[in-house]
Amino acid sequence: MQQTKRVSLLLLFCAVLIAGPALAQVHEFKLDNGLKILVKEDHRAPVVVSQIWYKVGSSYEYDGITGVSHVLEHMMFKGTKKHGPGEFSRIIAENGGEENAFTGRDYTAYFQQLEKSRLEVSFEMEADRMRNLLLPEEEFAKEVKVVMEERRMRTDDKPESLTYELLNAAAFVNSPYHHPIIGWMQDLESLETADLTSWYQRWYAPNNATLVVVGDVDPQQVYELAKKHFGPLKPSDLKPPKPRVEGRQRGLRKTTLRAPAKLPYLIMGFKVPVLKTAQEEWEPYALEVLAGVLDGGNSARLAKNLVRKQQLAASAGAGYNLYSMRQDLFLLDGTPAQGHTTAELEKALRDEIERLKTEPVSEQELARIKAQVVAGKTYEKDSPFYQAMQMGTLETVGLGWQRMDEYSDRVLAITAEQLQEVARKYLVDDHLTIAELEPLPLEEKTGNNNQGGEQHAAH
Amino acid sequence: MRLTNKTIIWIWAMLLPVAAAVAGPEIQHWKTENGSRVYFVSAPQLPMVDIRVVFDAGSARDGARPGLAVMTNGLLDAAAGELGEEEIAERLEGLGAQLGNSAQRDMALLSLRTLSDARYLDPAVEILATILSQPRFPDKIFQRERKRMLIGLRAEQQSPASVASKAFYRAVYGDHPYGSPSNGTVESLQALQREELEKFHKRYYVAANAIVAIVGDLSRDQAQALAERLVEKLPAGEAAPDLPEVKPLSMPVKKVIPFPSSQTHILVGQPGMTRTDPDYLALYVGNHILGGSGFGSRIMAEIREKRGLAYSAYSFFMPMRHKGPFQIGLQTRNDKAEEADRVLQETLQRFIEQGPTAKELEAAKKNITGGFPLRIDSNRDILGYIAMIGFYNLPLDYLDTFSQRVEAVTLQQIRDAFQRRIDPEKMATIMVGGE
Repeated sequence: MQQTKRVSLLLLFCAVLIAGPALAQVHEFKLDNGLKILVKEDHRAPVVVSQIWYKVGSSYEYDGITGVSHVLEHMMFKGTKKHGPGEFSRIIAENGGEENAFTGRDYTAYFQQLEKSRLEVSFEMEADRMRNLLLPEEEFAKEVKVVMEERRMRTDDKPESLTYELLNAAAFVNSPYHHPIIGWMQDLESLETADLTSWYQRWYAPNNATLVVVGDVDPQQVYELAKKHFGPLKPSDLKPPKPRVEGRQRGLRKTTLRAPAKLPYLIMGFKVPVLKTAQEEWEPYALEVLAGVLDGGNSARLAKNLVRKQQLAASAGAGYNLYSMRQDLFLLDGTPAQGHTTAELEKALRDEIERLKTEPVSEQELARIKAQVVAGKTYEKDSPFYQAMQMGTLETVGLGWQRMDEYSDRVLAITAEQLQEVARKYLVDDHLTIAELEPLPLEEKTGNNNQGGEQHAAH
Repeated sequence: MRLTNKTIIWIWAMLLPVAAAVAGPEIQHWKTENGSRVYFVSAPQLPMVDIRVVFDAGSARDGARPGLAVMTNGLLDAAAGELGEEEIAERLEGLGAQLGNSAQRDMALLSLRTLSDARYLDPAVEILATILSQPRFPDKIFQRERKRMLIGLRAEQQSPASVASKAFYRAVYGDHPYGSPSNGTVESLQALQREELEKFHKRYYVAANAIVAIVGDLSRDQAQALAERLVEKLPAGEAAPDLPEVKPLSMPVKKVIPFPSSQTHILVGQPGMTRTDPDYLALYVGNHILGGSGFGSRIMAEIREKRGLAYSAYSFFMPMRHKGPFQIGLQTRNDKAEEADRVLQETLQRFIEQGPTAKELEAAKKNITGGFPLRIDSNRDILGYIAMIGFYNLPLDYLDTFSQRVEAVTLQQIRDAFQRRIDPEKMATIMVGGE
């Protein structure tokens, strides 16, 4: 029984010798109805991941129907004429598969992971629900309640999540990044099946989707299989969303959220360009490296200076997403250490930003970040799912999957001077929004605190 | 390309039905000179190496000092040998290596992911070996990290999920070592001395108490040399003594904890099963049907799909050295808490009385065995499995025979196992939430 494993290694070896670097290539196809197909081979194990990405997400939504993309994602499991409610999941499970879906600001995606011979099961059902969803009223009535519970769990009962939600709402006035992916509770309460039906009809079409397949497959065969199942689907006349460009921010915005909590929390967001919006293409990569200088591991500045040296913060972080579809925030956040305040934490974070502007980042620091990027390129190959995620994201936001291969070269080209330049240009008060969590007392008797909890993966 | 015999074997293998053809990875096993057990899978496809060193030094070893195991594990990389805290972080990250650490109830572990090129691998392994064997636990860092752990306890107090989980372990395990709150208590952390960390390290971070798991682009000889380098500075020592048996609950326990949240978190459970439990497969497959497989499982169907009461509703057995918990959980808006609790109890009751249907069992088997290749499709997954196999002393062919053993489970075995092992009359029930 050990043989299959060993010989499959041999297969990989042969393929390398014959085809050379072709193995790592992405194969791109397009059907006549506009469906784009991206296939990447990974022959390490007899498995395949299939993801279908739609160009729709919360940033396509407008006031009053926020959360509709995500509720629709839930309803995609509630049946077509061919497969009743829950059948999609049942059939994938019976084929040994794992499946789920996720909604972001700029995309909605559905995925299955399967033993490679079962790929057709996924294609058949994904093609079916791309055009033939039923959206039964009684299923919607239950599922929208599930989503409300999801919102309570993820946001309403988590004071830090509420603070983050408020930050985005305060920072973005016209941009749809103003509202949360899951939607405002009040909008969920008034959502109707008619809202979902029109959203589905508007966005779920082959010419608004990308199929990404990574695994132990033959690209040509994947293409043929996709053509068989998705080929007959009719394309739609797509009307792109309005630009809704965020206007210029003129001055610091500060906002406070008061909620029952034990710990204060602070989050700061500077409006910065992303690859999609940048005038200078290197700038987002410089911001990416800057996030690494601050929070790229245990040796990075926030952990080193704020947590360990000054001991002002119990935790502190920085984050930036260069693949967002619209102008986004460069984030800094933290929880003050015992005996320190959010004001002190804010000052310390601002001092770090000041230092980025006045002092060039040292050669060693830059080298460390670059070493992690180079190694990360190899590590990510251990996860076909992650690679598919990257290809899907890039294609769906309109950057093109090719950016995935450029990433490390672009990051490696960034200089200390460029880091200083973007810090001076963008990390300024006029582009800054700060949200602070002010803890209100939890009603006492929150149970004994002398018990330990182990974190479980629920599923 | 010349056609070798192996290529022909490959073509032949491709024609076999898949379920029969998928075996586990080839696991090589040996002991280091000072007695650590090593588990190795060669994975030459990617130029990288994953290492996990596991010690029987989890919070079950805390004794009278809850938090001791977690803190000892967390401070290993805060100064070791000649290296200071900053140097360790800078050197590893400069090599592109990723160091991880964690401590749960049974295990304390360190993990390292690095490129396999000796220029990166060798110095990274050297640092890991130093961290394992010569941590210094400097007082200043000890004081700082204690404060951070105290903040961590406050963070737990503002999360209804954490409050519920802590109360659950207390109710299910009482004074058993598994009841020790892993992250400590305010009192225990305040009383903790740095010497206790030193002592804990000296006792438990020893070769005879360690498992080394390696997956990556190495030959057997290279892996052997690597394992020696990793643990050679550890004293041979002794394996940790066995823990006391977990006693079943003698009566039902219900704890309602008021909390200013919009949802009530409900946890229901009992001591469950061990990793080497004779009922392991029957309970595992049965739980898959009850609430372990997401959509389509009974609890998910009753709570979420039929009634829209919760986003997440599940059940699990967490198999451990001794009986780890069996837990059912969900969270629902406060005014639905009673209804959800009732549905949950009824669903469990019915499952214990009647067991699964033949159709459910067949579907579960198809899912588990058909999905087997997915469990072992990355170096990271394989590393997790071989570390688990090593730590719990499972047979090396555990993965090879897994599907076959799942196929053999019968309806009768599942019903029988649940009836013997889960007593719905003696459940611990925790409810954390508002009015």
